[in-house]
Amino acid sequence: MNKWEENLSAAVKQVPPSGIRKFFDVAAKMDDVITLGIGEPDFVTPWHIRESCVYGLEKGYTSYSTNKGMPLLRKEIAALYKRSHALEYDPEEEIIVTVGVSEAVDLALRAVLDQGDEVLIPEPCYVSYKACVILAGGIPVPVATGIENEFRVTADALEKYVTPKTKVLLIGYPNNPTGTVLTAEELKGIAAFAQKHDLIVLSDEIYGDLTYGGLEHICFSSLPGMKDRTILFNGFSKAYAMTGWRLGYALANPVFIEAMNKIHQYTMLCAPVTAQVAGIEALQNGDANMHKMIHEYDRRRHLIYEGFCRMGLKTFEPKGAFYIFPNIESTGMTSEEFVENLLEREHVAVIPGNAFGECGEGFIRCSYATSIDKISGALNRIENFLKNI
Amino acid sequence: MRELLELLEHDARRPVKELAAMLNKSEFEIEDALKKLEANKVIMSYNTLIDWERFGDHNVTSVIEVNVAPQREVGFDAIAERIYRFDEVKSVYLMSGSFDLLVIIEGQSLNKVADFVARRLSTIEGVTSTRSHFMLKAYKKDGTIMDDKENDRRLVMTP
Ligand SMILES: Cc1ncc(COP(=O)(O)O)c(C=O)c1O
Repeated sequence: MNKWEENLSAAVKQVPPSGIRKFFDVAAKMDDVITLGIGEPDFVTPWHIRESCVYGLEKGYTSYSTNKGMPLLRKEIAALYKRSHALEYDPEEEIIVTVGVSEAVDLALRAVLDQGDEVLIPEPCYVSYKACVILAGGIPVPVATGIENEFRVTADALEKYVTPKTKVLLIGYPNNPTGTVLTAEELKGIAAFAQKHDLIVLSDEIYGDLTYGGLEHICFSSLPGMKDRTILFNGFSKAYAMTGWRLGYALANPVFIEAMNKIHQYTMLCAPVTAQVAGIEALQNGDANMHKMIHEYDRRRHLIYEGFCRMGLKTFEPKGAFYIFPNIESTGMTSEEFVENLLEREHVAVIPGNAFGECGEGFIRCSYATSIDKISGALNRIENFLKNI
Repeated sequence: MRELLELLEHDARRPVKELAAMLNKSEFEIEDALKKLEANKVIMSYNTLIDWERFGDHNVTSVIEVNVAPQREVGFDAIAERIYRFDEVKSVYLMSGSFDLLVIIEGQSLNKVADFVARRLSTIEGVTSTRSHFMLKAYKKDGTIMDDKENDRRLVMTP
């Protein structure tokens, strides 16, 4: 052991290594790989948004902004929530602009957790939740969900894991990696649960715009009684295809936002101002392009869902985000064996389901944020792979 | 229908099976819709966008502003027809503004195009003047960027 390793903090040592690193290294070396393993849009940011950033640079937008973000951007965010969800957030006190949802989740957890506080996290879920809880001194408490009810978490399931130490419930719907969306009834059940145990709810709604089949996204904060106890996250990465810009935000009551801002002002100062300028353009004029992209994801969603059904893999129709989560247990392989073999034999990259929590074992996550041709190509290769095992 | 058309406009070679899956319809429904769209000429033809330059051809394209004296009864249509019947003529549009017809001509050489304008086009009865512009380079054609350098720059696997 390198002597410096013992100098690392206990929290850092406790965070498990990435579940995809080893596959990434193999896939990155193949030149004919088709990847369904990317968790970001394949679209480049719409031109009008990029152009507004270039214009902003020309005009000299190169300095720090206020800690909570440019006032106009916060105003646009407030207007968006009023327009789409009839929610009133005060741009002065209840909104903070962050370096992606990633930073916002970290800020929120650090703002509310004390050493040993427990955070309920329905799994499978986005990989950073658990790590962020550990780094904030909390204890992640995974709550398993399964394919029998399309990975929906229920109040009954959550109830089993409540202890006097439980302080936060961290949810993310539409879900990465499963594509699950909860109905209003299901969300109300969770809201009642949060109320009963007086929990703070962290709701990562970064895929909120990406729902299909006429489903309307329901903001957790819009449920009766939930606005005050919810820290709501959203960002520009997915809906506007702006992952590399690093721009997101949190909406919550003034106490939480002020607490988050306390950390943010000393650790980050502000989100990149170039991105904030572009974010304003996205919110003001980005709807048409966003809907075009959503439409395109929807077509791909049908194609990939139909493809997996045809192959006979047990899967359910995802209703949101841009992922599908087929079950591969019928092959007799574990998720990681499947991913490794598929990569080796057919040069198709997917993500093993267990990277998103133990209950993701037996599944693979496939992203359909890639072109129709590549999806078709990958489906053919996977079909071939299944025939030859 | 609109969605089907949009998909085909982008790529006319998509297999019916794929179209059906994407639009959540049966293959039969798609085939039926295509037959109807073809029959009523909503779908006029299935063309291929070719970069002839890259293939090695060096045709010249000329955009010509044409002024005409409209004729009784038939207006601009009769003159337009006399122009668009020529094989050299790729497109003809009736325009508002300072000229009447926009004519796009393609020929093997500058001489051939100039010759066509001088001998065929400007001598048509009713054509009062022409102004020719030669195209130097196509950057974007029918919605397709000719030399798009925006490759997929994403990492091969991300959570
Ligand atoms: C559920 C979820 N939350 C947050 C993020 C990170 O988003 P951002 O780019 O805004 O930091 C991702 C990115 O993959 C995600 O899938």
